[in-house]
Amino acid sequence: MTTKKWVPYAFLAVPLAMYSIWVIYPIISTFVLSFTSWDGVSPTIKFIGLKNFVELFNDPYFGVSVINNIKWLVGFAGVCVPLGLLIAMLLDQKFKGTKIYKTLIYLPMTLSFVVIGQIWCWILEPRHGAINTILNMLGLESVGWLSDPNVVTYSLIMAASWRQISYTMVIYLAGLKQVPNQLIEAAWVDGANAWKRFIHIIIPMLKPATVVAVTVSIIDSLRAFDIVYVLTRGGPFYSSSVMANYMYIQSFHNYRMGYGSAIAVIQFLITLGFILFYMRYVLKSEEER
Amino acid sequence: MKKLLIFYILGTLIVLLWVSPFMISFFTSVKTMDELMVEHQWWLPPDIWHFENYVTAWTDANMGRYFLNTFIITIPSVLGTLFLSSLGAYALAWYKFKLSRILLMVFVGGMLIPFQMLLIPVYRLSLSMNIYDSYQGVILFHIAFQLGFCTFFLRNFMKTIPSSIFDAAMIDGASHFLIYRKLVLPLVTPAMAALGILEFTWIWNDYLWSLVLIQSDKYKPVTLGLVNLQGQWVTSWNVMAAGAIIAAVVPLIVFLMFQRYFIEGLTVGSVKG
Repeated sequence: MTTKKWVPYAFLAVPLAMYSIWVIYPIISTFVLSFTSWDGVSPTIKFIGLKNFVELFNDPYFGVSVINNIKWLVGFAGVCVPLGLLIAMLLDQKFKGTKIYKTLIYLPMTLSFVVIGQIWCWILEPRHGAINTILNMLGLESVGWLSDPNVVTYSLIMAASWRQISYTMVIYLAGLKQVPNQLIEAAWVDGANAWKRFIHIIIPMLKPATVVAVTVSIIDSLRAFDIVYVLTRGGPFYSSSVMANYMYIQSFHNYRMGYGSAIAVIQFLITLGFILFYMRYVLKSEEER
Repeated sequence: MKKLLIFYILGTLIVLLWVSPFMISFFTSVKTMDELMVEHQWWLPPDIWHFENYVTAWTDANMGRYFLNTFIITIPSVLGTLFLSSLGAYALAWYKFKLSRILLMVFVGGMLIPFQMLLIPVYRLSLSMNIYDSYQGVILFHIAFQLGFCTFFLRNFMKTIPSSIFDAAMIDGASHFLIYRKLVLPLVTPAMAALGILEFTWIWNDYLWSLVLIQSDKYKPVTLGLVNLQGQWVTSWNVMAAGAIIAAVVPLIVFLMFQRYFIEGLTVGSVKG
């Protein structure tokens, strides 16, 4: 059929214009700014070449942030995804009450990370908090969940996992709809064969769900911000800092917008591979439909 | 029988674990500080229910104002992004043109990038457009940014509508806009409802963009307001907890009312959480 060429563009004009102004142009602009030194206020922006990047590679706090992001990645993709699958397997049954159980586990997904941070703030609080109270009751020592530099990142990941596991579970519950019910039930009762069946039959059938759950978890782990900023601001002494948080602090607390942009660019480049993989996967499965 | 037992024991344990943070916050919000600090019994209801903590949070801690602000920001953002993305998705789903595939990829890619890539330029833009520290600044940004996910989502849904319907309308000589309005929009209404609920929750829960684009207390949404409370009310855990629940209650209700749509939206797009 012949349509005038401009027709689709007419429909796209406004959305595309807005998207260009607030998304595409900023991406380009951040790249440009990463080669500059700018305090965010003065009219002159000084071009300094690769200096920001050289400084970044020698910045110990940035190093800590990258390592912490890797911990987040392992926690999200390596722990939250399998736990989400396990809970999904458990709840994908026809017993009475499964619906309510599922709803209750979904709940953290509706919360903002600010609220989640606030809630965990009391749970993790050193002197009166819930976890330390329980530890003390059991005769164990209190842990400085948010003050001990060796522990704090894991505490943050734990708080975020509360929501992330709900998300991966939702993805797997959707994936399990493609798996015949008898297979899942058998996997729970069938003793010796259960594990083999799980690995050789169910896992391969869940591949699409796994790809989505893992890539989205990785992308989210590399852009974690809110919960870190709300609970610790990256502290104590940058020990729980992640790239997103360090970028914000450098740009908006220390007014080093050029340096902040360089951090964003590195963060972007690290994430890019996963984004491209995901896009290829989604668009390919789109065409197969 | 054995199966049933395994299910109920394991299931109940997990659910209890999952719900306990909610219970702890709710019980905290209705206790006095003395009771909290002395008894440490987080998991138990209070001796006397102190709902006045909610009044303190709502009025003295200004959560009422923040709450209203979130509505003022969220509703136009959701409607705007739904409308504009339905236009874009319509073009990408039904017309064959050169840039179609590239544009789709641009929309998909944009929603996955780290927000830090946009932070500084968006902040500068809103300063130079004179919309820094206003509702419009955040609303316009949300509309634009959420276009990525929404366009992708709606395009996929429109692709499932048989194109013969579209072709027939074309042959009948209907105008392009008429086809969009009278034929396609009614068909995608269910998808837009699911999408709208998801978007409502996401925008309601936004913290970062309000943090960067809003400065004055009078425009701040609940998420920013809640963090603000940490200053003056940091020792009043009960008031903070009431504030947290005020910030969470609307998305919770929306979710409980429209759970099916919410989950559908999340898994059909399978894109982000």
